[in-house]
Amino acid sequence: MTVTKAEALDWLRKMSLIRRFEERAEEAYGQGKIGGFLHLYIGEEAIAVGAMAALRPDDDVLTHYRDHGYVLARGIDPKRVMAELYGKATGLSKGKGGSMHMADAKHHLWGGYAIVGGHIPLATGMALANQYLDLPRIVACFFGEGATNIGTFYAGLNMAAVWKLPLVAIVENNRYGMGTAFERVSAVSAVYQKACVFNIPAVQIDGNDVLAVRDAVRDMAERSRAGGGPQLIEAMTYRFRGHSMGDPQRYRSKEEVEAAKARDPILLWRRSILENRLATEAELQAIADEADAEADAAVRFAEESPAPGPAELCRDVLIPEQESDVPEDLS
Amino acid sequence: MATMTLVQAIHDALGEEMERDPRIVLLGEDIGKNGGVFRATEGLWERFGAERVIDTPLAEAGIVGMAIGMALDGLRPVAEIQFADFIYPAFDQIVSELAKFRYRSAGQFTAPVVIRAPSGGGIKGGHYHSQSPEAYFIHTAGLNVVMPSTPADAKGLLASAMRDPDPVIFLEPKALYRTAKGEVPDAGSAVPLGKARIVRKGSDVTVVTYGATVRVAEEAAAQAEGEGTAVEVIDLRTLWPMDIEAVIGSVEKTGRAVVLHEAPRTCGFGAELAALIQEKAFLHLKAPVARVTGFDTPFPYALEKLYLPDARRTRNAIAAALSF
Ligand SMILES: Cc1ncc(C[n+]2csc(CCOP(=O)(O)OP(=O)(O)O)c2C)c(N)n1
Repeated sequence: MTVTKAEALDWLRKMSLIRRFEERAEEAYGQGKIGGFLHLYIGEEAIAVGAMAALRPDDDVLTHYRDHGYVLARGIDPKRVMAELYGKATGLSKGKGGSMHMADAKHHLWGGYAIVGGHIPLATGMALANQYLDLPRIVACFFGEGATNIGTFYAGLNMAAVWKLPLVAIVENNRYGMGTAFERVSAVSAVYQKACVFNIPAVQIDGNDVLAVRDAVRDMAERSRAGGGPQLIEAMTYRFRGHSMGDPQRYRSKEEVEAAKARDPILLWRRSILENRLATEAELQAIADEADAEADAAVRFAEESPAPGPAELCRDVLIPEQESDVPEDLS
Repeated sequence: MATMTLVQAIHDALGEEMERDPRIVLLGEDIGKNGGVFRATEGLWERFGAERVIDTPLAEAGIVGMAIGMALDGLRPVAEIQFADFIYPAFDQIVSELAKFRYRSAGQFTAPVVIRAPSGGGIKGGHYHSQSPEAYFIHTAGLNVVMPSTPADAKGLLASAMRDPDPVIFLEPKALYRTAKGEVPDAGSAVPLGKARIVRKGSDVTVVTYGATVRVAEEAAAQAEGEGTAVEVIDLRTLWPMDIEAVIGSVEKTGRAVVLHEAPRTCGFGAELAALIQEKAFLHLKAPVARVTGFDTPFPYALEKLYLPDARRTRNAIAAALSF
């Protein structure tokens, strides 16, 4: 294998943290402590972790709304991510955004986007800015296969290709857009084949293999950084949970889900580490325990954090002082 | 008569009208095999087949554009936009194409498309699963804009929408999907477009509202009654073309008006309502027309309760109008 022990364990640690973090978020949602929509990334962790391992810390990252994994893989404090899910003042966006819009400018993470495909032209623009400013940064733009049927995908990637912009599009193909199997609604269901309309390089990889993801993203990112223009990666994966919480999942069978779990990216990587004698069982157990503890600490932090005060409602807008009928405690 | 929720009433209207009119075809994301995210189309794919309940790709401009073409050639498409917040990718198709056919063809043809979209907050959906976009569509000449607040109206108005020769933007207050329950007449009865409903009679102040804030108005009115104030509550039901007679008739009687909606204040529909009331009932007014609305901010996740107009804010506005 072309990985060091430190890398191998770091990736396992990050994937385990994402898994454990989301399992705890799922519990909190069940208890009504997290509201609205919660799109879990469970089963897809290898993509975020492999990709972030390949990107430089100042590369720009934009993601779709299934975004907890990227944020944690980027090294952002899980406490602040959990606090955002809880809608607390200590969250990344002071609780005003919630699950789908995690952003942290310091980490060049420009947010999760909930309008499917809406962020693809934005990524093109960031790539153009990086080229214009002569910065060595590339842009990594993540989205699901469902986004490849909407116009912004074509507008964004075409422009990136015309101007040979430093952009890597990473498409997570988990086979279903919400409750609809991709092949039922896409004339071409292998996403990498769609890249031919932009005449850009594209590959299809096993998105459950963290090393394969790291290698593909590294190759394509470096090619793009060196002036090779936009690149597209289709990472094949499967989401183990429903689209969001409360999805009855009538569009797929229990057997299909169970079969997919045999290729759990964490199990695969764990096995690979042991087979390659990079670590002992005891070391791996320590990593799992550490992920548990970190997720617990994030939950504790979120629970103990204060809610945003009423004044926060009309902050960060053009006209901060609004109208006479605001609640009197909204000063 | 049967008792049902608002979303069941929508479901029934779709099913009954599809039975009645074979030209009706539904299309949208996840509406068929999966039954729709809010389950409004549950079972219709099995009942009417994949040709009449079309699962589309994630492509709102494509969905609406395709619906327009289908309508021009004689079908009666009913498109579902999964959340009103996702209607913007189709905005161009709606505003530039759908709205204009009757006028630009000088009455030769229209595009009878119904676009259903769950609207409004109340489910902690945050920025992109909570918005109320009605004003954009009211501002666009050529579109009927409808928002029911009861199961009976949901069913009856949707039936009318599906029979109307012009496009209808049919906004469904998602907060009421399962919380609003009520008696719904059996098949065949429609509620006409363009007619408001007087929810509650009163002589002191008129509250004009629609959708999810109807129950806010009712709550405020019930509280005000305890203090001896008689509030008249009007549910517009059809936002545009609106029932101006109902509103002006009421304001001429009460002399005071409060307009109430969830959408942001500036250039919201309330602004138009206030302008119309002062144009048409100026000499009857004893106080400025008050607006109780959402704020001029994106829709927040954590502060949703504060954002949404409630009975307390509505009562404050009523009290201010009375003591002006
Ligand atoms: C423009 C737009 N239309 C519809 C939706 C509703 N919606 C959210 S996610 C989704 C499915 C997206 O599937 P995919 O892109 O494959 O990503 P996945 O959820 O599988 O990660 C849909 C239909 C939306 N958010 N934005």
